[in-house]
Amino acid sequence: MGRTFAALIGRATRGTDLRPWPRLHADVEGWLRAAGGLRDGAYGLAGYWGEPGRVNLALIDIPTETAEAPTGGLCLVSLDCPAGRFPSVGAVFPPAIRLERTICDLHGMRADGNPDPRPWLDHGCWRAREGMPGAAPAGRATDYPFLPVEGESLHRIPVGPVHAGIIEPGHFRFTCSGETVVRLEERLGYVHKGIEGLMAGASLERAAHLAGRVSGDSTVAYALAFAQAVEAATQTVVPERAVWLRALMAELERIANHLGDIGAICNDAAFSIMLAHCGVLRERVLRAAALCFGHRLMMDKVIPGGVAADLTTDGRAVIEGLLAEVRARLPELAGLYDKTTSLQDRTVGTGHLRPDLARRFGCGGVIGRASGRAVDARRLPGYPPYDQLPFDIPVAEAGDVDARVRVRFAEVVKSLSLITHALARMPAGPVLATISPSDGDQPAEGLALVEGFRGDILLWVRLRPDRTVDRCHARDPSWFQWPLLEAVIEGNIVADFPLCNKSFNCSYSGHDL
Amino acid sequence: MRIIRHLRTLLDAPLTEAAPPAADAALAELAGQVDAAARQRLGRSLSIREVDAGSCNGCELEIHALNNAFYDIERFGIRFVASPRHADVLLVTGPVTRNMREALERTYVATPSPKWVVAVGDCAVDGGLFAGSYAVEGGVAAVIPVDLHIRGCPPTPTQLLAGLLALLGSSR
Repeated sequence: MGRTFAALIGRATRGTDLRPWPRLHADVEGWLRAAGGLRDGAYGLAGYWGEPGRVNLALIDIPTETAEAPTGGLCLVSLDCPAGRFPSVGAVFPPAIRLERTICDLHGMRADGNPDPRPWLDHGCWRAREGMPGAAPAGRATDYPFLPVEGESLHRIPVGPVHAGIIEPGHFRFTCSGETVVRLEERLGYVHKGIEGLMAGASLERAAHLAGRVSGDSTVAYALAFAQAVEAATQTVVPERAVWLRALMAELERIANHLGDIGAICNDAAFSIMLAHCGVLRERVLRAAALCFGHRLMMDKVIPGGVAADLTTDGRAVIEGLLAEVRARLPELAGLYDKTTSLQDRTVGTGHLRPDLARRFGCGGVIGRASGRAVDARRLPGYPPYDQLPFDIPVAEAGDVDARVRVRFAEVVKSLSLITHALARMPAGPVLATISPSDGDQPAEGLALVEGFRGDILLWVRLRPDRTVDRCHARDPSWFQWPLLEAVIEGNIVADFPLCNKSFNCSYSGHDL
Repeated sequence: MRIIRHLRTLLDAPLTEAAPPAADAALAELAGQVDAAARQRLGRSLSIREVDAGSCNGCELEIHALNNAFYDIERFGIRFVASPRHADVLLVTGPVTRNMREALERTYVATPSPKWVVAVGDCAVDGGLFAGSYAVEGGVAAVIPVDLHIRGCPPTPTQLLAGLLALLGSSR
């Protein structure tokens, strides 16, 4: 563990109001010290959110420029700011800027010193903030000033929010010199649904449904993160069989999404045969999921306390059949990718993400791993049952679209093998435990970090003594990936943007909340 | 090996499945709402512009699946187009966030008549799980007129196909 991180958690309290990670109630000086550690690369940023009168900074002991033997452990640093102002972290650590703008939009608190005071999720359309306790007055934003770009013969291409394909809405402002992109500026927030507001006061069941719809493609991972946070807060023990079933579902979700992404990336390089083949395999996964668990995307199947659907003997056979088919077909597809030089002509060297940027932004998932970051929440910090499973993390160094395709292929292979292990080691028994009731009148907080197909999802929840949700915050991996898309497109041609974008496949809904 | 593989491809039955019957509920909803004369003009093809107005992206996944070999939606003359100016149908998902309201209205205006709006997913009906939020309008019909609702969270590709075939069938 890094010395700075150790010093940080040395001052924190453990197991009192937050589980399972330590928490530090900081004063302004402690807050600035925590921000300084981020600036110096002593640890990484795992999340940053507000609630009425307080800001929370989740820090993670993860590979950075200076961290030694990172454990993946988390520490939550909280600063009370009753006057609605707090010192900016973004001022010294740019990856925090958008999160800080969001805190300002949603809670009306001000980050003193934030270099970018523009609103982020707030487009000036929210008439009132019913259901968002302690929120700022609505309708702050008006005309959104994009960053100025100066130079000869530059032109701008505004794209979105409604895009040409069947994809989510967001706005991209390209500034180009001829065919070459000089700058991309993103504007997001179009699908902000006010999920944090809806969570406040929700029953556990309703909150779990909401968590499963933060980003529909990661519904299992989000439901798992929510369940783990609730179970940590209430110290509920999940039955062993449910732990394995959760991993089975999570890996099915990963396989389905990676197959979809591989097909979509190749399709954007006009190689549609790969989309056709991957589409068939993806459909097989979803049909197997529907047969085994009763929903193609496995929505609402992971719930606090366990899982809502058990795997029958017939279901087991379905999964085994699916594994056999994907195992048989995948090498052909990987070979097809490998042998098609016209396709690699588009992907190799395109959209290069520098390893130092990936590290600085704490970029996880396929994108981080394709740029040399060997991080995976299943390993660091790790959670059951992955701590009992042998697997290594596929990593590539090239950082281009090609590397991101290859890491996805490798991860599908790993997930197939994880499912085989899970089937072999899954014990019989119950699949759902009751959430432990409160033993007092104090709220209970839980924090979880779960690896979705896109990367690490952080979820924090505070439960009231009656076990309803007081507040809940979910941080999508895309928060630390979207800003990097702006960086990788620089110097590429406009026509390669779809390739870069698909190879990232960031979530709009997960980001906009 | 290669020859065997090619032979297998020739002998294998196609993956594409028989069409589901047009959804009864959809036919009933359409009978009351869609003008017969306009339906005749539509003929046997539909060009669809998909608009995500705040969905969780679950519906998008299943709409995408309509293009895979199992459902192969293009065999029915239904295809997805890039511009609302080329579209007969707007397929709208999500509870309609306030931040997407203007974009949805402008997409609707940009679509030439005759045009139909199909609201996809439970939250597109009335806001669903997101109803009551400060940030959503609470369903597509709160913003633009809707001709057909396809429920589900998300609706399966078969449910989507049954709904769209009802639109095509009723417009014949």
